[in-house]
Amino acid sequence: MTFHLFIPIVSPLIGAALAVLLHRQWVVVRALTLISVLINLGYGLWLMSVVPQSGPLVAQASGWLAPFGISLVADGMSALMVMLAALLMLTTVVYSFYSVDREREAHFYYPLLLLLLLGVSGAFLTGDLFNLYVWFEVLLVASFGLITLGGSREQLEGGLKYVVLNLLGSTAFLFGCGLMYGFAGTLNMAHIAERMATLADPGLQTVLAGVFLFAFGSKAAIVPLFFWLPSSYHTPPVAVTAIFSGLMTKVGVYSLYRVFGLLLQNELAIYAPWITLIAGLTMVIGVLGAVAQMNVRRILSFHIISQIGYSVMGLGLASAAGLAAGLVFTAHVMIVKMALFFIGGAAEQINGTGDLKKMGGLARREPLLALFWFLGILSLAGIPPLSGFIGKLILLQVGVSQQAYLITAVAAGTSILTFFSMLKIWNEVFWKKSYEDVNRLPRVRFGLLAPGAALVILSVALGLVAGPLVEYNTIAGQQLFDRAAYITAVCGADGCEAVYRAAVK
Amino acid sequence: MLPLLLMLSIFMLFRGHNLPGGGFIGGLLASSAIILQMVAFGPKVARRILPVNYLILAAFGVFFGALWGLPALFAGLPYMQAFWLPEPIPGVGKIGTPVLFDIGVYFTVIGVTTKIALLLVEEPILFPFPEMKSVPVDHQEEVA
Repeated sequence: MTFHLFIPIVSPLIGAALAVLLHRQWVVVRALTLISVLINLGYGLWLMSVVPQSGPLVAQASGWLAPFGISLVADGMSALMVMLAALLMLTTVVYSFYSVDREREAHFYYPLLLLLLLGVSGAFLTGDLFNLYVWFEVLLVASFGLITLGGSREQLEGGLKYVVLNLLGSTAFLFGCGLMYGFAGTLNMAHIAERMATLADPGLQTVLAGVFLFAFGSKAAIVPLFFWLPSSYHTPPVAVTAIFSGLMTKVGVYSLYRVFGLLLQNELAIYAPWITLIAGLTMVIGVLGAVAQMNVRRILSFHIISQIGYSVMGLGLASAAGLAAGLVFTAHVMIVKMALFFIGGAAEQINGTGDLKKMGGLARREPLLALFWFLGILSLAGIPPLSGFIGKLILLQVGVSQQAYLITAVAAGTSILTFFSMLKIWNEVFWKKSYEDVNRLPRVRFGLLAPGAALVILSVALGLVAGPLVEYNTIAGQQLFDRAAYITAVCGADGCEAVYRAAVK
Repeated sequence: MLPLLLMLSIFMLFRGHNLPGGGFIGGLLASSAIILQMVAFGPKVARRILPVNYLILAAFGVFFGALWGLPALFAGLPYMQAFWLPEPIPGVGKIGTPVLFDIGVYFTVIGVTTKIALLLVEEPILFPFPEMKSVPVDHQEEVA
């Protein structure tokens, strides 16, 4: 029992409540936000240092026993995600200090960011299926607030699509929860995993897997459920788009990994070819969708979808090694994608527009910004020695070793297309001559450059020192796939069923 | 109805730990008392009943509720593990951290539901598109 596992949930919750109470003192609000995020980051790093050796850590809410109460479970994947969420939120908060207007700050911008972090951390830590749904709602409500905050016409339009299509996904998720409870008689993930092995109704199990694939797939923006993403992500302020790109779709990917890796392991074998097909389509369609776009953030939004394909490919490989490779890639893409949004957003703020045709000449005006952008796109495309190379290399290696040649070839080909598409932004924004006098443009402020630069440097570092990351994720992938260890950690050596029987008597 | 409903809501609040009731139901009853006043006499009168910023009230509720999960954390127990006073207080019942948590929920529910109702009624003031003329509340009442 690890009683302090609640810290990453309690700290943003209390931080957000206090920030609303003290919303008139903006210094206090900023400080509270920063402190909450730093607490989460520190705790996430500590978790990552402990979990590979100790196995999953568990806490039972209010001390209620496992199959009855709500469990919090931190295994390798959860720890990594909690840490990354806090790290990315930290860069977003710093970027927001320099870019978000006072009007938004006064209307609870930072409390909403903290609530988003609350929902995301809760979703990563929970060991209960319905509780996962609740955390999804928390983070979605916070994101609804963030995406429409400001209330301009195009924001409301984008926000409407975002809200409606996300509600559709949530409804499917709720259906899935209901079906699961009717089928397995429990919602505790460890208990479900245990009962899934003994319950024999392959038809219903397959339906359940399909419902969850739809629900989380629409959150993760896989083909053909992705269309809400590019039509809404370019409307809010840059900082909001960036944190969405880093966290929102990845919570969907995390849930897919968790549900298929732990609960529906047997179904994963059936669905693997379809998941792989979806992964391939997602990669290609995402990249091709970006070709037609002429707006920095819209292009980047389509690339989010394309990259999700790689994460889903890890799941489609249906093995511990595949999941581990997918996790390495997901961690890399969360960092790099946000870096690109920050840098692209900074360029957008300098130019006052995100329209590629009206931008230009920034390589001469802001060489540092251009340098980091170039490193970022190299990493996204997967050029050694950056982190993208490691992420893709491992994924392709596992693909080849499992004789999944077609998806491997598609993944490799998509990398080249990604690079081409990114070069378009490079040419238009940084390289070509500007129609206007570049020297009249405002200089980029340190606060706008630093978050993106820091993330790019992190990506370079992860590429150079890839050993620990890969090792960590190999363990995380094994933990994710190891049902018995998870059940033992949550319910004790005899399993949840024994605890349940003893209590019901 | 106002005092009656408010009394009932507080009764529900303290009854709630092991019986139907609790902070959520109590909060709904209290806010329905305010909303009834609003339906009968309009939002201005309703605002005078509890002259606070409802958003702040809700945030205070969240803070207050979350606060009472903390003692367990400091005692090395899982968050929200309950602590109870050994003896029940006459007229109120057993007092412990879950009751205090429920009081937090109570304030949050009052704050949020009343705020939503007031926003819906006073909407024309906050209408997002200024180019569209909206009918002020008082006129609508006359028409009705």
